[in-house]
Amino acid sequence: MSVVEISGVTKEFKGGTVALQEIDLEIEQGEFVSLIGPSGCGKSTLLRIIGDLVEPTKGAAVVNGKPARQARRDHDYGIVFQDAVLYDWRTVAKNVALPLELAGWDRERRSKRVEEMLDLVELRGFGDHHPWQLSGGMQQRVAIARALSFDPPLLLMDEPFGALDEMTRERLNGELLGIWEASRSTVVFVTHSIAEAVFLSTRVVVMSPRPGRISKMIPVDLPQPRTTATREEPRFFELATEVREALHLGGHVELKV
Amino acid sequence: MSTLAVRRGAANWAPALIVAVAVVGLWEGIVKGAHIQRFLLPAPDAIWSAFRSNQSALWHEGWFTFQEALGGFALGCGIAILFALVVARWNLLGNALMPYAIAANAIPIIAFAPITNAWFDPLNKTSKMVIAAVLCFFPVFVNTVRGLKSVKPQQLELMRSYAVGELTVFRLVRIPTALPFVFTALRVASVLAMIGAIVGEYYGGSLESLGANINQDASLFQFEKAWAEIVIACIFGIGFYLAVALAERFATRWQPRVEAPGA
Repeated sequence: MSVVEISGVTKEFKGGTVALQEIDLEIEQGEFVSLIGPSGCGKSTLLRIIGDLVEPTKGAAVVNGKPARQARRDHDYGIVFQDAVLYDWRTVAKNVALPLELAGWDRERRSKRVEEMLDLVELRGFGDHHPWQLSGGMQQRVAIARALSFDPPLLLMDEPFGALDEMTRERLNGELLGIWEASRSTVVFVTHSIAEAVFLSTRVVVMSPRPGRISKMIPVDLPQPRTTATREEPRFFELATEVREALHLGGHVELKV
Repeated sequence: MSTLAVRRGAANWAPALIVAVAVVGLWEGIVKGAHIQRFLLPAPDAIWSAFRSNQSALWHEGWFTFQEALGGFALGCGIAILFALVVARWNLLGNALMPYAIAANAIPIIAFAPITNAWFDPLNKTSKMVIAAVLCFFPVFVNTVRGLKSVKPQQLELMRSYAVGELTVFRLVRIPTALPFVFTALRVASVLAMIGAIVGEYYGGSLESLGANINQDASLFQFEKAWAEIVIACIFGIGFYLAVALAERFATRWQPRVEAPGA
C-alpha cells in the first residue's frame, strides 16, 4: 500500500517562482526515501506539501489513502526540522510528551511512553533537563523522539542533521536506521548530503532546480542492517557516484536551457 | 543556601555596598565642608533625623501612594496585556491600531496628570490610579504584542502539523514566548506607576499622600522632611521593582541565568 501518493503537483510561489513542476511520486509502506538536490529544487516544499504545511498550486498529495489535510488532522505523520524546535520552557520529557498531551493521553500513559522514547534515542535520564542544557545532536534526538512518540505511520524529516558536525551526523544516521527498523514506519528524508542519502535510504529521489523536478530515482540495494562498514563497501561508492552524476546531469540540463 | 552561595552572594554585593557608603560619606563631607545651604542640599544625617522623627507618618504616606501606584499598575498592565492578546490574534486589528499605539507611546503622558485630577475627585485614589495606569499601558502593550509575534515560523509549523487551534497555539507557544518581553515591560511599568502616582499628587492630592507632602514641605522650607519623603518613595519604588523582578524569576525559571548582581 502506498503511504504517500503525489500526482501532478505544481507549486508556484507569489512572484512567479515555480518551486515544483508536475511532480509524481509514490512512496510505499516501510520505505526510507531521501529527496536530494541543490538548494532551490523544492525538496523542502515537496516535504511540506506531503505534510499539508504548504498547499500545492496544482495537483494533490494523498497520505495514508486520504487527502493530505485529513492526514494532518488525523496525526498521521511526525515531523523533524533542521532546528530541533524544542520549547525552551518545557523540559525534555515535556517536549517529547507535547503531541501526546495534545492527543489527550493521560499523565501515566504519557510518562511511560516518554520513558520508552528517551530510551529509544539514548537519552535516558535527561528527561528533567531543559533543551538549552543539551548539545545540538542531543536536541535533535529529542525532536526525533517527539516526532515518533505518538507512533505515526509516516515520519517527515527536513535536513534534520544538516546543522550537525560530520561525526555526530554519522552516529545519528546509524541511530535513525535502528529507530526506523524498530518502528517499521515510512520515512521521507530531505538532505543535500549524498553520503547520507545513500547510507539511509531504500530509494534516493534526485531533484533538479528551476523549476523543481524529479530528475532520477535510484533504488538503493545495500543490504540491511547497515553499519559503519556499509560506508566502505564498493557498492556504496557506486551508488554515491550514480547520485552525484544524476545531480550534475540536472545541472547540465539547466545550462543547456 | 550553602555557605559557598552565601559567600558568592556577598562577593557580588560587596562592591555595590562600598559605593553606597562612599557616596553617602562624600555627600556628608561636601555639604559640611563647603557649607552648602540646606535648601539646596541637606546633609544625609539631617535627612536621617527628619526621617526618624516623622517615621510613622512617612510610612503611612508611602503606603498610601504605593496603593495608588499598585492599583494603576494592575489596571494599566491588565488592560494592555488584554489588548495585546486581541491585537496579536486578529492581524487586521493590529495593523489598524499599532501605528497609533506606537505614536501614543511617544506622548509625554505625565503632562495629562492635572487633567485626570479634574476628571476624578483629586482626593480620591482613583484619579492617581488613572494616570499611573495610562503611563503603564503603552510600554506593556507594545512589548507584549512584539513578544507574542516573535515566535519562530518553524514553531508555528510544528503546531500546524499537530492540527491544533489558534487558542492552543497561544497557550502553548505564543504566551510563553512573550513572557520575557512582558516582564521587561512590567519592570519599566512598576517605576512609571510610582512616578505617575507621585506626580499626580503634586497637582493636588490627599495630604495622606507622598506627592502632596513633598510639594507642601518644599514650599514650607522643610527640605529635610521633603528629602526623607523622597527616600520613602525610593524604598517603595525599589521594593515594587524587586517584587516584579522576583515574579519574573518565578514565571521564567526555565531560562538560563547569568549570575550577576541585580540581574
